[in-house]
Amino acid sequence: MSSLKLGLRMLRREWRSGELRVIWLSLLVAVAAVVAVGVFSDRVEQVLNQQANALLGGDLILESDNPISSQHSQQAAEADLKWVMGYEFPSMVMGDDEGRLAAIKAVSSGYPLRGELKISEQPFATAEDATGIPTSGTVWVEPQLLSDLSLSVGDMLSVGAISLRIVAVIRNEPARAAGNLFALSPRVLLNSVDLAATELIQPASRVRYQLMMAGELQAVKQHKAQLQLQLQPGERMLDVEDGRPEVRMAVQRAGRFLGLAALVSVLLAGVAIAMASDRYAERHFDHCAVLRCLGAGQSQILAIFLSQLLIVSVLAGGAGAIVGYVAQAGLVNAFAPLLGGELPAPSLRPAGIGLLVGLVTLFGFALPRFLALRQIPALRVLRRDLQGGGVQRWLVLLIGVSALMLLLLIQVGDVVLGLYAMLGVAATLLLLSGLAWLMVLGIGRLNGQVGLAWRFGLLNISRRATASVVQVSGFGLGIMALLLLTMVRGDLLSEWQLRLPDDAPNRFLINIQPDQVAEVEQFFAQHGVGNVPLYPMVRGRLVAINGQEVSVDDYPDDRAKRLLMREFNLSWRAHIPASNTIMSGEWWQMEGYEPAQFSVEQGIAEAFGLQIGDSLRYMIAGQAVEATVSSLRSVEWDSFQVNFFVVAPPGLLDQYPSNYISSFYLPNEHYALLNELVKKFPNITVLDVSTIIAEVRRIIERVTMAVEFVFVFTLIAGLMVMYAAIQATLDERIRETALLRTLGAQRAQLQKGLLAEFASLGMISGSIAVLAASGAAMLLAAKVFNLAYLPSPWLWIGAPLASAFVIALVGMMSTRFILKQPPLRSLQRE
Amino acid sequence: MVDSILKTRGLGKRVSSPEGELVLLHNVEMNVVAGETVAVVGASGSGKSTLLGLLAGLDEPSEGDVVIAGQSLFQLDEDGRAALRARSVGFVFQSFQLLDNLSALENVMLPLELTGRQDALAGATEVLERVGLGPRLHHYPKQLSGGEQQRVAIARAFVSTPALLLADEPTGNLDSVTGQRIIELLFQLNREQQTTLILVTHDNGLAERCQRRLELRDGQLWSQP
Repeated sequence: MSSLKLGLRMLRREWRSGELRVIWLSLLVAVAAVVAVGVFSDRVEQVLNQQANALLGGDLILESDNPISSQHSQQAAEADLKWVMGYEFPSMVMGDDEGRLAAIKAVSSGYPLRGELKISEQPFATAEDATGIPTSGTVWVEPQLLSDLSLSVGDMLSVGAISLRIVAVIRNEPARAAGNLFALSPRVLLNSVDLAATELIQPASRVRYQLMMAGELQAVKQHKAQLQLQLQPGERMLDVEDGRPEVRMAVQRAGRFLGLAALVSVLLAGVAIAMASDRYAERHFDHCAVLRCLGAGQSQILAIFLSQLLIVSVLAGGAGAIVGYVAQAGLVNAFAPLLGGELPAPSLRPAGIGLLVGLVTLFGFALPRFLALRQIPALRVLRRDLQGGGVQRWLVLLIGVSALMLLLLIQVGDVVLGLYAMLGVAATLLLLSGLAWLMVLGIGRLNGQVGLAWRFGLLNISRRATASVVQVSGFGLGIMALLLLTMVRGDLLSEWQLRLPDDAPNRFLINIQPDQVAEVEQFFAQHGVGNVPLYPMVRGRLVAINGQEVSVDDYPDDRAKRLLMREFNLSWRAHIPASNTIMSGEWWQMEGYEPAQFSVEQGIAEAFGLQIGDSLRYMIAGQAVEATVSSLRSVEWDSFQVNFFVVAPPGLLDQYPSNYISSFYLPNEHYALLNELVKKFPNITVLDVSTIIAEVRRIIERVTMAVEFVFVFTLIAGLMVMYAAIQATLDERIRETALLRTLGAQRAQLQKGLLAEFASLGMISGSIAVLAASGAAMLLAAKVFNLAYLPSPWLWIGAPLASAFVIALVGMMSTRFILKQPPLRSLQRE
Repeated sequence: MVDSILKTRGLGKRVSSPEGELVLLHNVEMNVVAGETVAVVGASGSGKSTLLGLLAGLDEPSEGDVVIAGQSLFQLDEDGRAALRARSVGFVFQSFQLLDNLSALENVMLPLELTGRQDALAGATEVLERVGLGPRLHHYPKQLSGGEQQRVAIARAFVSTPALLLADEPTGNLDSVTGQRIIELLFQLNREQQTTLILVTHDNGLAERCQRRLELRDGQLWSQP
């Protein structure tokens, strides 16, 4: 009790005297950054997820082969979720005198819960948002169906036992994008009230029943977990993870960018706190000695300082959380219109995490130093040179970084990212301190070759060897983080955007027959549309791996189960596509290769646990085709190029029934060409993915904004590190400068000396930082973002110069008062 | 037989230096009785502060022992010695050693609070009034003059009515007039509380006010007439 009281009393004075300012402010910035980043990321991620869910038509979809019990919809309503029903099945529909297999979808009012249903009055004319669903007695159809059946809007379409009037053309349907784009018959959308009258749903019908749900993220999550437990055979759940791979990839990347930005901010703040805590502890050596001398036990001393830490962390944490919420609210308001409307309400979770990060950061970085305070010998009251046994600084930092990493793994939830950051920090610190030691040695040699002021400045660096190493490490880490984020923000993001250029393929052609290939190519050539590559596609079912038959029950992984239930699209190619990268194994040679080999997409390989050398057996048109996996590829699904999970070299699949597929860019104003194409080749289906592309592009733009927002906090945290690093040697500097002035040193001389010291520190920190940041960025690009990246050479020159300038400036500003005040006052400060 | 408050037995301290082992104190024998005032004098670097550190149990000897109020210091662990100091030993330092983040009153309350005394506030206020700092209870060390700071330090030393008071050059940082006043105060309180006072000084005037003077020379203690 008395220790707590004493701690509080001492703290009160620290507060007023301002000695605690750095640590308190650092902690505040740390917590504010974590909270703001956390809340903002949380809300942005929710928006991104919701917008990605727009492609599904809902946040959560329960799909079943049997009618969905009304109990499920009741439960959804009880969980505060909106819901609609959908029924999907293939059926022949009839025009005036011909029929076509169509993908029928009947929906209840309220559909779609997420995303936009776009329709137009004529095929390929300007699309508008639909304001509901087809009224009873009417249908909306995809343009393909009109051309297939030679129908127009206004004509009647027979669906089962009834005739419905075609009143609109479907241009974009959210849930359509979630399915398999390439196995589609044209869509016919009708109102579910007409469903019974069609008499199409019979006991043996292949109907997919869907309960689509949407609501608050938390409610969706909870309901999803609950539903998971109740799933019956034949029932499955769809969410964005199961949606189109290109959208999934974009959202995942978005999460990683934000995660990285948050991580860097936290790390920086942690370093600032470590340095400030270090100084705080050092400033209390004398206090501890006096307390020991007056009879305080080790545990009493620890209790006094721990209670101070606790109070600081609670106060700074609370203030930081408030600042974080205010900051994100301001920014969210500014960004909301750009983010496409209302952001979901902020949750309290980031505040909790922020406070926890603050607490762990403070204790993780300060505790070892404070434990050392216990060891301060009482004899220090008589001999000031005595210090405690203490803990090594690098160990202090290591403990702090480990503690932070633990939290980051929880917060970011990405082990790979966390591990890379941890390795990056460890390697950087090693590199920084190693190079700093070399610098200290090197500077000793410069001594005879420079003028007095520089000699004094440089001598300071080598004389304060340990402090200089710590300072360079602090500056270096701060600069590195800033550089890294600059690179990530600028270069990596634009790299990503380049992936999706303005002329990214926006149309897919499917179902082109082999004998039409030449004609289709000629058609586009005649109309001046170049670069319409046609790729062969063979459908096959995976039946055995390494000679063992596979069944759905063999794989716990949902993705593997789904893949086994349907047919794969296989293809053959001589060259590796540009949007693919070989991750292991080798692509086949141009000539003389063994045709029985497969190149498999990495994700699929993981789902099935495939490795190089495994053999896969497919059933293609009733015949078994077996080949060995010779390479694993990563595929940029968000490139909108035609890609395949499994590719064989020419010669293996050529003799099987195939059709061709193409993706290409066609400006919207040329849509008439598509009408002409489908008239000429009625069997070819045209898919318009421009809305999906726009969606992915919008996600990228939003991520860029969010990362820029997070960058502001990182910048503040980086500056705090530099400030703390300068503060670290401030006491010593004050004493020395006062002494030198007493001995007659001119102000200009001292100024030059300080300038030399800070500029050298900055130059060296900047050089090391640019080295480390480039390495880290290249590593991150390759391993986390799957992008190729080479840092600009300008950074190599610019960063050291800029950091020399900034650190010299900040250093001179924060030591200005020492040069201004009379030396005696400086000495008395001691 | 008069009670011995402090006794040393063959006390010695050696340290290793680049030139080899250095003997700071050798076979120091000391016996101080309750209520006695003793001055330890010696040239700069003669080991006065080392001896004071050992007497207070702030440092550990290379050999020998110190017994305070019947308790052997070096049979106790670090925390045990701290507890003994809290009970029985007061300090006055040359550099005052006040905690700059506590007010004069809070500094004086400190020894009482560390031993869990409930009357810390009243006790500290009373002693501060006795040393003439009643109007400056809530001032912080930086707001006080050197003499005032030393008076706070003296109040802090006496507040727990220690049996033994150790003073290290108590006037070393003060001008002669202020130093004189501080000495008066120190001896006055010492008389009033019947404390045993051991002070280390190179100020002969101050040493002469003590009942007994010991000189530290070549690491050994010699009685002065």
